Amino acid sequence: MAKTDPTAAADHIPDGGVVIEDPADHSVWPLWEVFVRSARGLSHVHAGSLHAPDAAMALRNARDLYTRRNEGTSIWVIPAAEIVASDPDSKGGYFESAKGKAYRHATYYTQSEGVPHL
Amino acid sequence: MNSAADFTSQDSATRISVGEAITPESLGASSDPAPEETARYALLLGDDCLILAQRLGHWISRAPELEEDIALGNIALDLLGHARFLLTYAGSAWGKSEDDLAYFRSEEEFRSCRLVEQDNGDFAQTIARQLLFSFYTYELYQRLVDSADTTLAAVADKALKEVDYHQDHAAQWLFRLGGGTEESARRMQAGLEAVWPYLEELFADVEPTAALAQQGIAVLPSSLREPVLHRLRTTIEEAGLRVPEAKGALGADRSGRFSEHRGFILAEMQVLARQHPGATW
Amino acid sequence: MSNEKPDLRAVDTTHGSITEQAQAAADDARVGWEHFQQLMEEDKRVEPRDWMPEQYRKTLVRQVSQHAHSEIIGMQPEGNWISRAPSLKRKSVLMAKVQDEAGHGLYLYSAAETLGTSRDEMYQQLYTGKAKYSSIFNYPARTWADVGAIGWLVDGAAITNQVPLCRASYGPYGRAMVRVCKEESFHQRQGWEILYTLSHGTPAQKQMAQDAVDRTYGPALQMFGPPDADSPNSQQSMAWNIKRFSNDELRQRFVDMIVPQAEALGLTLPDPELKWNEERGHYDYSDLDWDEFFSVVKGNGPLNHQRLAHYRAARDNGAWVREAAAAYAAKQADSSRDSALLSA
Repeated sequence: MAKTDPTAAADHIPDGGVVIEDPADHSVWPLWEVFVRSARGLSHVHAGSLHAPDAAMALRNARDLYTRRNEGTSIWVIPAAEIVASDPDSKGGYFESAKGKAYRHATYYTQSEGVPHL
Repeated sequence: MNSAADFTSQDSATRISVGEAITPESLGASSDPAPEETARYALLLGDDCLILAQRLGHWISRAPELEEDIALGNIALDLLGHARFLLTYAGSAWGKSEDDLAYFRSEEEFRSCRLVEQDNGDFAQTIARQLLFSFYTYELYQRLVDSADTTLAAVADKALKEVDYHQDHAAQWLFRLGGGTEESARRMQAGLEAVWPYLEELFADVEPTAALAQQGIAVLPSSLREPVLHRLRTTIEEAGLRVPEAKGALGADRSGRFSEHRGFILAEMQVLARQHPGATW
Repeated sequence: MSNEKPDLRAVDTTHGSITEQAQAAADDARVGWEHFQQLMEEDKRVEPRDWMPEQYRKTLVRQVSQHAHSEIIGMQPEGNWISRAPSLKRKSVLMAKVQDEAGHGLYLYSAAETLGTSRDEMYQQLYTGKAKYSSIFNYPARTWADVGAIGWLVDGAAITNQVPLCRASYGPYGRAMVRVCKEESFHQRQGWEILYTLSHGTPAQKQMAQDAVDRTYGPALQMFGPPDADSPNSQQSMAWNIKRFSNDELRQRFVDMIVPQAEALGLTLPDPELKWNEERGHYDYSDLDWDEFFSVVKGNGPLNHQRLAHYRAARDNGAWVREAAAAYAAKQADSSRDSALLSA
């Protein structure tokens, strides 16, 4: 069992904001991220997370926890530690390139206004 | 005040709904009164579910991990639902409500099997009890969906889907405890040994079940023996555990005359309702 | 707004010279700090990997984990009544409700975990008695009516607290609260319904309901925390958009809500001073017994020891199960690696 002051660990947030469990402690179950498809035709959406010893139990726990009120028709579970994340939002540069390129959007082209089916 | 709904309208993963399924209330309102014998059969099936739900409910806040509090809670709620269907239907024969039957029958009038009356014990013993009961009910409901009694068939159809998950839950834990640590394998084996003597009672051809089976209304208990045992043996061996050799305990007639647990269970369950007879809650 | 300066401790010394690294880290922290301030000013959300002041992180971990602990300990008083619920319908409702509380604890622990504190560490803090949880759960749920009073008053107070928290500046906390609030709405209604039924039942039932309300009212009002003057952390939490309203504001809002609800129940609230103040546009109410409150917080409530013992027993009795499942998972991973090697 971890006995450190929790606030001391706060300097070391790994990728995805996920705490890597102490591998020496064999009883701690890893963290899983849960994605739920609420209806056919929709994407799986992040619903939350949970702890489970393995994938099979993670899936069952997700069913029990995140679809108690008929929220889903399909579930994905992914080990939280396997998620690869981009740099934090605060480092704005990564997504700067996508801004200001109005020509990627249909609304940029106004000449055709009023022309049917265009 | 800002409503939580503002933030959730686009979030499909938190969209909740009731979902369509039969409920005890709708069943009570819609079905014809049960014939006397069929009612007694429904009561027997319902008592099993009620007592097991009562036992499982005790785990909530005591489970080995939070996720398991929730899993056991879901199973207990399913079972309580099955009990409510069956007691409601049974009561229709005698003008009694589910609560009349649950709270105002004596020990001698219950027909629960001793398997569900067994103590929770440790988590392994609870899993062992779940394994036996869910495998039994799965086989039972799979046949009861073809019952000549349409209400029983409808209840079995709903319950079958839920029990399918219960047996998966029990088997998953059986594998993990059987194949986990030495300690867990020892406890899982002990759990199986503790409940095994009460398996046989599930297959006893008591009345009115046997007579109703002749009419295609009930499932003949003894006809379930081989399929249930076969699947139990295979699963237990797959988990690396031994199939217990204990013979069925004497007194397999669901009468309550051979159980010391039932009185305590009912005393706790019924205490408040009986202090206020005739009250509504 | 916090004047806290960027924290330079998190310096990676594996690459480049220490001075270069320190400079880069300082730059990152400065950019992060400015970004954080901007988020606060624009009332936007902070996400897990954003830079955040250490004090903000600590405040959140404390608040969110206390909230989670309250849900977990809060399962006990009502859980005691699952086996004795007086009708099968009420038994189903109560079971679903107590189960929800486990779920809420779980959502909240997950939110706190994104701040870098593992659930196991938070469990340890509760287990060892270091962590705080809502004082109300150190009072007994003696009668069935307590189940009603807990739903109406305790969950009612919790919802009043929690609805503004759906907009908390920390994204994962807000998202957890959205889910909690959606599910809690049934909790309060079922409690009110229990009390309504009792209040319109036999004289003994009505007496049971009134007694439970009398005992629960004061501790429920104290759930909003000490008066604003004695709540030093509140100011900072409000500046950080974690809290949106002060303790006293929320308490007043709750009192204003429950007075007409109590009338609809046909029950009285145990405060002779409770009356409408035309000038303020609010109900006036008496001072609460804060000595008792702090005494319970310090561990001397009627059931502090029992609640903790129950929690510890569950953790202790489950240890071998958690170990077994982890050991099984490790063996399965090993054997699938072995079979992959064999087939390679």
